[in-house]
Amino acid sequence: MSATFVGMPAFPEAAREAVRNPTLRGNLRHATHTIRAKRARAVGELSDWAGLREAGRRIKDHTLRHLDRYLEQLEESVTAAGGTVHWAADAEEANRIVTELVRATGESEVVKVKSMATQEIELNEALAAAGIRAYETDLAELIVQLGKDRPSHILVPAIHRNRGEIRDIFAREMREWGRPAPEDLTDTPADLAEAARLHLREKFLRAKVGISGANFMVAETGTLVVVESEGNGRMCLTLPETLISVVGIEKIVPTWRDLEVFLQTLPRSSTAERMNPYTSMWTGTTDEDGPRAFHLVLLDNGRTDTLADTVGRQALRCIRCSACLNVCPVYERAGGHAYGSVYPGPIGAILSPQLRGTGSEIDASLPYASSLCGACYEVCPVAIDIPEVLVHLRERVVEGGPAVRRGNKVLLKPAKGHAAERAAMRAARWAFAHPGALRAGQRLASRTRRLHPRTLPGPGRAWSGARDLPAVPPEPFRDWWQRTRGGKDGDR
Amino acid sequence: MRVALFLTCVNDTLYPDTGRAVVKLLTRLGVDVDFPMDQTCCGQAHYNTGYRHEAEPLARHFSDVFRDYEAIVTPSGSCGAMVRELYPRLGERARAEGRGDGLARALAPVVPKTYELTEFLVDVLGVTDVGAYYPHKVTYHPTCHGLRGLGLGDRPRRLLKAVQGLELAELPGAAECCGFGGTFAVKNAAVSAAMGVDKVRDAEATGAEVLCAADNSCLMHIGGTMSRLGSGMRPVHIAEILASTEEEPAV
Repeated sequence: MSATFVGMPAFPEAAREAVRNPTLRGNLRHATHTIRAKRARAVGELSDWAGLREAGRRIKDHTLRHLDRYLEQLEESVTAAGGTVHWAADAEEANRIVTELVRATGESEVVKVKSMATQEIELNEALAAAGIRAYETDLAELIVQLGKDRPSHILVPAIHRNRGEIRDIFAREMREWGRPAPEDLTDTPADLAEAARLHLREKFLRAKVGISGANFMVAETGTLVVVESEGNGRMCLTLPETLISVVGIEKIVPTWRDLEVFLQTLPRSSTAERMNPYTSMWTGTTDEDGPRAFHLVLLDNGRTDTLADTVGRQALRCIRCSACLNVCPVYERAGGHAYGSVYPGPIGAILSPQLRGTGSEIDASLPYASSLCGACYEVCPVAIDIPEVLVHLRERVVEGGPAVRRGNKVLLKPAKGHAAERAAMRAARWAFAHPGALRAGQRLASRTRRLHPRTLPGPGRAWSGARDLPAVPPEPFRDWWQRTRGGKDGDR
Repeated sequence: MRVALFLTCVNDTLYPDTGRAVVKLLTRLGVDVDFPMDQTCCGQAHYNTGYRHEAEPLARHFSDVFRDYEAIVTPSGSCGAMVRELYPRLGERARAEGRGDGLARALAPVVPKTYELTEFLVDVLGVTDVGAYYPHKVTYHPTCHGLRGLGLGDRPRRLLKAVQGLELAELPGAAECCGFGGTFAVKNAAVSAAMGVDKVRDAEATGAEVLCAADNSCLMHIGGTMSRLGSGMRPVHIAEILASTEEEPAV
């Protein structure tokens, strides 16, 4: 499978394939239901969860409202602490900056901390093109990288794989990348973890350059924060001589104290842990401790455009916890790959069409990848009303309208392929504005009801391929009401 | 109290029995119910599919038809949520587009007095035992917009528990969506159908004869799936169970 998402089919086609794959369905069902139940318990323990959620929402909204000011403050703080700040308007610029920084060290390999931002910009591919090998060190990212696969979950990128599949990938691929897997490798979690530990340890000890993202950046102190479960991230953050962090500009919090809220809500929402196991924080560079050079690449890549949309901007509050993926019934059945982006699930369905625009087939189909059941909004620790944004983006797809692209105001045209639907919606609106027309239609349906099939041909198969049609009654309610004066003249 | 039945276009056209059940039930409880003949559609399908501007005239029409009643009762969680949750948003968005307060003002009167049926029974009439009789084993599926939009909570289950003869079986994974989702059911048919099958399998595991919900659009999807799978279960709207009595039992 290719590492890139270019040319992905629209969501419904990709999801149809996934639904037919029983192994994938089983893996996803087991994993999402387990983590879903654990999260509910971890969140249920806190009596002030609603308050924490509201506080998180407010801190993020306040920061986004004054993002220009906080970004400049962050640049000053990081610079004062011995770091160097770089600004990247898009993926290409960010990749160029990072490639040049690695080249300047003379190294040809880097170790990586799990990072969504670097996946978003496809940094590994850009580095590979420049002859630099990037080693993923997060266990799940390692599985994905060794399997020449794509991540299918924000937090658990190999969620679509079971233990047996992971064993086979390790046994087959590890030797291509470094230390081979032990000959007698079994599929027990302890064995698999040990194989990964041995394989990665030599990379940690050899690496001169580490690349990370960050969960948070504190504007007042210039501190970056990485929250992880394995300690592999901390190895990459502390052992190399040079550390390069690529971080989306929305990851800022104004003060150190603001972390108090998110360091409670993030672990409970993501891994269902009360406290995060490895929380690494660093502020610039420190003599004789950790990397000697620190570079921060601040990534826009569609974020400022998203910020200009008054409804859609709430997506930028996201702290990448994945709680919305784990409760989503559509994600559970379609799997992460169907979303055609490193951001799958409900948050991906509102983030990708904003960061990338709705120009491609996959991006224009993502706002419809939801039954609007609202489970995602209910669990979101920063109260992103995902259904509201989905509907807003559907409107952008069918109606077009004003948007901001690369900093410029543009007027989007309606997407292609919605003409029949648009006509049907207009016709329905007309009929509903004329009760007489609605009534005539209802009567026609009732009188011809014996002729109605239980299944439909053509596009109607989208319904009747899996479900029988309801039987049309002998008369609509309104005729009964009028005939019997609401039953006062007898039920017949 | 002058109460209007907002039946919804789907129920009016396809499920008149649900409408008759609401009338029978409310009349039995001493409520004077009217069915304004000019009612059509709340605009939910338009709004949720991205045609917010097409939904606006329908919302205005709704307000014109229902604004003078003291209460508006609907046997649909999702259409109830459209009025209560999304009509205010229609007004806000029109304002944000520089079209003034007209729409918000036109819709404001109907928002607070629109009730989903079980809400109206429990909160406004203050009853949980409605004198119903329904000698069947039933499992209850809380539909998404009723559960998470309107926050119906345990109201429907309290009403069902008070029904004589009814045995209530807990539905595993009850809070999970059935997969209907309006146009989602056809736009993402494969995923929608897979969710429907899982819901039916969970319902069958309870050993109940009847799956009950407070929204016929979800029941249309679940029922259509049951019939395609040859399941022995059938879908019944909660109004039909609550309207059923020993003298006039529902099937």
